[in-house]
Amino acid sequence: MTATITKPETFLPPDLMDGLDDPTPFEELEAVDEGANKTGELLLIFESGDLERTWATTILASSAAASGQQVSIFFTFWGFFPLVKKGVRITGENWMQKMLSFMNRPGIDHAKLSRLNFMGMGPWMMKKLAKRYGVAEPGELLEMAQALGVRLIPCQMSMDLMGLKREDLIDGLEEPAGAATVLQMIADGATPLFI
Amino acid sequence: MSTTAIAQRVDARGLSCPLPIVRTAIAIKALNAGDLIEVLATDPGSTKDFTAWAKTTGHELIEQSVDDGVFRFVLKRK
Repeated sequence: MTATITKPETFLPPDLMDGLDDPTPFEELEAVDEGANKTGELLLIFESGDLERTWATTILASSAAASGQQVSIFFTFWGFFPLVKKGVRITGENWMQKMLSFMNRPGIDHAKLSRLNFMGMGPWMMKKLAKRYGVAEPGELLEMAQALGVRLIPCQMSMDLMGLKREDLIDGLEEPAGAATVLQMIADGATPLFI
Repeated sequence: MSTTAIAQRVDARGLSCPLPIVRTAIAIKALNAGDLIEVLATDPGSTKDFTAWAKTTGHELIEQSVDDGVFRFVLKRK
C-alpha cells in the first residue's frame, strides 16, 4: 500500500506554505543545532546546600564535564558548607559562627533534605536507596567532577561571614571570588543555573 | 590484531546515571587517540546516553550490543 502525502491548501497563509516542499531548511537547522551548545560554559551557582540540590548540582556538573563542556560551580551561603572537608566539625572564630556550624553540620556527607529530613532519617534512607540502585553520592560525584576539570569557586563573602578558613575546606578549589566574577562569567556567555 | 585490541575496560554494571558516562569519560582521558575502550553497563538509559555522548564528544561509537541485560559499547578515542 502506498500513501500519498498531500499538502493541505488552507491551513497556512500561502507565503508560509511555499517553503514546505523543500526539505533543505530542516537539514540546515539540524546541522546548526548539533554544534550550537558545545562550547558554552555552564555556571552552577550553588546556594541552597540541600542534599537533593547538592545531588542535582554534582550530577549536572559531572555529566556536562564528561561531555567536554567547561563547568564552574560557585559555592555561596548554605551551599558553602558542603565544601568543608571531612573531619572538620566546628568552624568559625566567634560564638555565632561556631553556633552556625554546630546547628548546620558542615561537610558534603551531612547535607540535609529540604523536606522529609526527620532529623537525618530522610537522608539516611535516601542514601541507602542510592546504594541499592547504584547511584553515586554527592561527595563521590564532586570528586569525579574535579577529576574532569570542573572549577570549584568559593564565595569570598560567605567565607568571611561564616568564619571559614582555607584549611577548613577541601583541596583543589579555585581562588575565592565574588558577585562581580559571577556576573562577568554570565556576561561572557556562561549558562547560569541558580541551585 | 593490535589495531583492534581493547586498551581499557570500564565495568559500569549496576551503576546508575551519570556514572557509566562519567567513568568512561575519566578513563578515556588517559588513552591515546585511536585507542579502543570497552564499557559494560546495565543501566537501560545507557544506550541512548552513549550514542548522545559519542556525538557530543566526537569519540566514535564503533560497536554496541546487548546480552542478557548487559549493554556493551566499544568506543574509539578521538
